[in-house]
Amino acid sequence: MPTLSEAASKELLGTFGVPFPTERVVATVDGVVAAAGEIGFPVVVKLGGDAIAHKTERGLVRLGLGSPDQVRDAAGALLAAATPEDGEVHLLVAPMLRATRELIAGLHDDPQFGMTVMLGVGGVLAEAVADVSFRLAPITLVDAEEMIDDLSLQSLLGPFRGEPPVDRAAVAEVLLALSRAAGERGDIAAADLNPLLVVDGRPVAVDALVEVR
Amino acid sequence: MGAAATGATPAGPIPAERFRAMFEPRGVLVAGASTHPGKFGFVSLHNILACGYQGKVFATNREGAEVLGIRTVADIDDLPDGEIDLVFVCTPATANPDVLRACAKKGVTAAFIASAGYGEAGEAGLAAQAELVALADELGMLLAGPNGQGVVSPPARLCAQIVGPFPPAGHIGIASQSGNFVSSFENYAQLTGVGVSRAVSAGNAAAVGVPDYLEYYADDPETRVALAYVESVGDGRAFVDRLRGVAQRIPVVVVKGGATAGGQRAAASHTGALASDDRVLDGALRQAGVARAATVEEGFEAAATFASQPLPRGNRVVVVTTVGGWGVVTADAMAGTDLELAALPPDLMAAIDAELPPRWSRNNPVDMAGGETRDTVPRILELAASHPEVDAVIFLGMGIQSNQARLMREGPFWPGHGLERIVGFHERQDARYAEAAAEVGEATGKPVLVATELAVTSPDNPGPAAVRAGGRLCYPSANRAVVALDHLWRRSRWLARRDLA
Repeated sequence: MPTLSEAASKELLGTFGVPFPTERVVATVDGVVAAAGEIGFPVVVKLGGDAIAHKTERGLVRLGLGSPDQVRDAAGALLAAATPEDGEVHLLVAPMLRATRELIAGLHDDPQFGMTVMLGVGGVLAEAVADVSFRLAPITLVDAEEMIDDLSLQSLLGPFRGEPPVDRAAVAEVLLALSRAAGERGDIAAADLNPLLVVDGRPVAVDALVEVR
Repeated sequence: MGAAATGATPAGPIPAERFRAMFEPRGVLVAGASTHPGKFGFVSLHNILACGYQGKVFATNREGAEVLGIRTVADIDDLPDGEIDLVFVCTPATANPDVLRACAKKGVTAAFIASAGYGEAGEAGLAAQAELVALADELGMLLAGPNGQGVVSPPARLCAQIVGPFPPAGHIGIASQSGNFVSSFENYAQLTGVGVSRAVSAGNAAAVGVPDYLEYYADDPETRVALAYVESVGDGRAFVDRLRGVAQRIPVVVVKGGATAGGQRAAASHTGALASDDRVLDGALRQAGVARAATVEEGFEAAATFASQPLPRGNRVVVVTTVGGWGVVTADAMAGTDLELAALPPDLMAAIDAELPPRWSRNNPVDMAGGETRDTVPRILELAASHPEVDAVIFLGMGIQSNQARLMREGPFWPGHGLERIVGFHERQDARYAEAAAEVGEATGKPVLVATELAVTSPDNPGPAAVRAGGRLCYPSANRAVVALDHLWRRSRWLARRDLA
């Protein structure tokens, strides 16, 4: 099944209320430098395109770029890394968000149960830790709150290393937004918000992937 | 098992009167009764006759032989009209279409097919099964099985199954995709005295599946809680939707076999990779308000607790114990659940102070530290359960006195040496504790659970015996009481959060 580009995925899910950082989609190295100046350093620069799904694995995400020179070098290198199979590509410039806690959320169309909504503990160990909770879409606010309660690592959700507790209502709102998206857009086959960073207690999705039918 | 095994109703709900014909038949026919005590056709007739069924019993046999005092007929046409509701079919698969047609003419509206040779037996069997389903549909007959071990309905004293035991009557309605699980639940009912309203093994579930039975139980006045064992759920969403409908009316407990069989899927998305069958099912059951039990004993005990205790209105538990260590591990067990050890309110603390010497724990668990006299335990149970900031009570340490009494009774010094008087006192006290727990639960409308391993190690001990006599479960360990109570609390919360309470 085809995947939407990160930018298109974010645009789609953003209309249903999934919170994303302000970011710019630009085509040129100069455009990236200008956008970074407006967003404020440090920034993240990623190579995007409809055919590009797993950017991290391919080294297409450059984090913590602190100066115009660093941004210029990174943007050039990313454009050079594009392959003919990637088709049309663009550059995505986003603020570098700092977070010690990562969640993961998404949609999965299950062969037995149909569309499901998921919340889990995120990060590179997400699949190994597998602290996740599923519900059948559509979900209610109560369902969303109970998904948060289901997670075993509740200590992650309280005050953590000097950061405030996770805003549970805001996390529930993300799950409801995913559920709405699945309900209103019958062409969504799967979605990932990974990671769903917890920044000052609030969830912000810094990456998104939508698979469409 | 194929998709049919999941019991998706083909066309609308099955009329309740057909289930009533199976669970409360006016008369029963065993088709294919045998003179050989090893055959299903003998055993089923034996069990129907031996367990006290009050309706009329008929049987067919090819030679018209007498079996267990029943004059059988060779031909169903020779049986009276309008006196038989249920046929228990042990005849070979090839004979069964004719059996059903003949039964329908006599007014039979429910058939339990014990015969094998259907969906479990290759393509020819599948074809025969489909044919039987279509025929039963045409005849307006409930078709249970085939290849099932039977149906019991203790309130009607009906034991139409090819295995034991016949469980005591109660309020747990059982439906299972595995006959062995029906037997296991029935064995637990017999052991604990917390009885069964209906139990059925769905067999191949050709026409009637587990969700169909559970939906009937939701409206059945004899059934207060549904208990199911399932392996295959087929169309998962339809299955869960139907169980949600049942759970809105009565508690539903599910034991799911093959929980670890479905691995994680290869998927482009991380969400898909994390979506194992079991995780999705688990979330769907929680959402639907279905209590999922990890083991057969947990399933039975959860159901028995739903059947015999009120739902707690909150999760604040007081543990009352005559034995310190057990209180500690009960508190530990609670840490893995949604229950909370209540902080003792000052007025409750003061009230307990007045009943016990100062060495008591002065904390929850309330460890009486051997300070109890004749009336202390009933009094403390009452104080704890009746406090508005306490939602449930777990009582530990019952039966210890009677255990000592037993040693005295069975020892070389009995009777004499003043043993009779103390033994009598001990035994009365333990029975009284059990009764007090039940009375306090009744009076306060709160769950009061009693746990001791003596329930299984020494079931005749007057403590556990009195709990059983009161129709409640005596939990074999404190941690098992905690798990059962947690199921009740989760359901209570599920209902309240959805304005269903």
